Amino acid sequence: MSGVVPEIQALEAAQLRTLPDFRPGDQVEVHYRIREGEKERIQVFKGVVIRRKGGSVRETFTVRKVSYGVGVERIFPVHSPKIEQLVVVARGHVRRAKLYFLRDRRGKKARLRQSQKGSGDIRAINQV
Amino acid sequence: MNTHPGLIGKKLGNTQVFLEDGTALRVTVIKIGPCTVLGKRTLEKDKYSALILGFEDKREKLVNKPEAGFFAKSGVSPKKVVRELRLPEDVVGQYEVGATLKASEVFAEGQFVDVSGQTKGRGFTGVMKRWNFAGAGTVGHGTHEYKRHGGSIGSNMTPGRVLPNVKMAGQYGDEKVTIQNLKIARIMDDEELLLIEGGVPGPRNGYVTVRGAVKKKNAGKPQAAAN
Repeated sequence: MSGVVPEIQALEAAQLRTLPDFRPGDQVEVHYRIREGEKERIQVFKGVVIRRKGGSVRETFTVRKVSYGVGVERIFPVHSPKIEQLVVVARGHVRRAKLYFLRDRRGKKARLRQSQKGSGDIRAINQV
Repeated sequence: MNTHPGLIGKKLGNTQVFLEDGTALRVTVIKIGPCTVLGKRTLEKDKYSALILGFEDKREKLVNKPEAGFFAKSGVSPKKVVRELRLPEDVVGQYEVGATLKASEVFAEGQFVDVSGQTKGRGFTGVMKRWNFAGAGTVGHGTHEYKRHGGSIGSNMTPGRVLPNVKMAGQYGDEKVTIQNLKIARIMDDEELLLIEGGVPGPRNGYVTVRGAVKKKNAGKPQAAAN
């Protein structure tokens, strides 16, 4: 975009959250706060990150999982205050940024290779 | 007449803001005020009542003599943008000449406002962009070279002329437009910013006038938040 507006940048910077460094291909657990009537509880959505999209406060990511044989994808805003916690379970080795090809695969074919580099220090990734 | 006061501001751009419950609001960021009351129009003298507001200082060099006289009379530094807000006399009476108005003194969060600005000029524009006509398309019936045309503009002998106000190509944009009933998402007095839900006419760095909404009954500043 042409020109940076410092006032807007400051406004956005104040809203940014620090989550563990996660990338497409990673297996993650999203601990998401949901309201049921009056009560609030945390729901865990576990799956593979297939894309990160947008920048700054507008950034979102999509997590895909297969639930009872049905593919389920959920889009979360990265900086949403409703995300209680994000845990990287495993780091995947992928060669592209958008993993849409996973949608056409099922079963054993839909697995991703674990990253050799990242897997050793999973604990370090989650420390933010 | 709109009985709600307002302020002049400058559109800075759009962004997104999260509420505590996780809702993402798309907002327009407006650099609002501080506006200075430069003067008043009164029924006796001017046959109408209004408040004259000024926004953003202007360099001394750019002020011509008649203008300088006007600013000297109200005892304030020269302003770049000067606008009149038509208001009933009793509302005008609440303000003092020379006073500086902040956003929180005029608006409250959650209040509905009307925002006017000069839209982006689009020049001489065809009928599809200007009036959202569908265009003809060139599929079949032997038509060609008619893709973005508007089609017929009237009948034959009766009435034998083109009716007034038929939508045709012409100048589009660069006109004053008011968007009504936008909600104030946040007032940030320290930063002199105002966040308004939704879009606002004009380019970035364009000047806008923000006023309480005419068509909402409780558009005035809610009393509870008035302290």
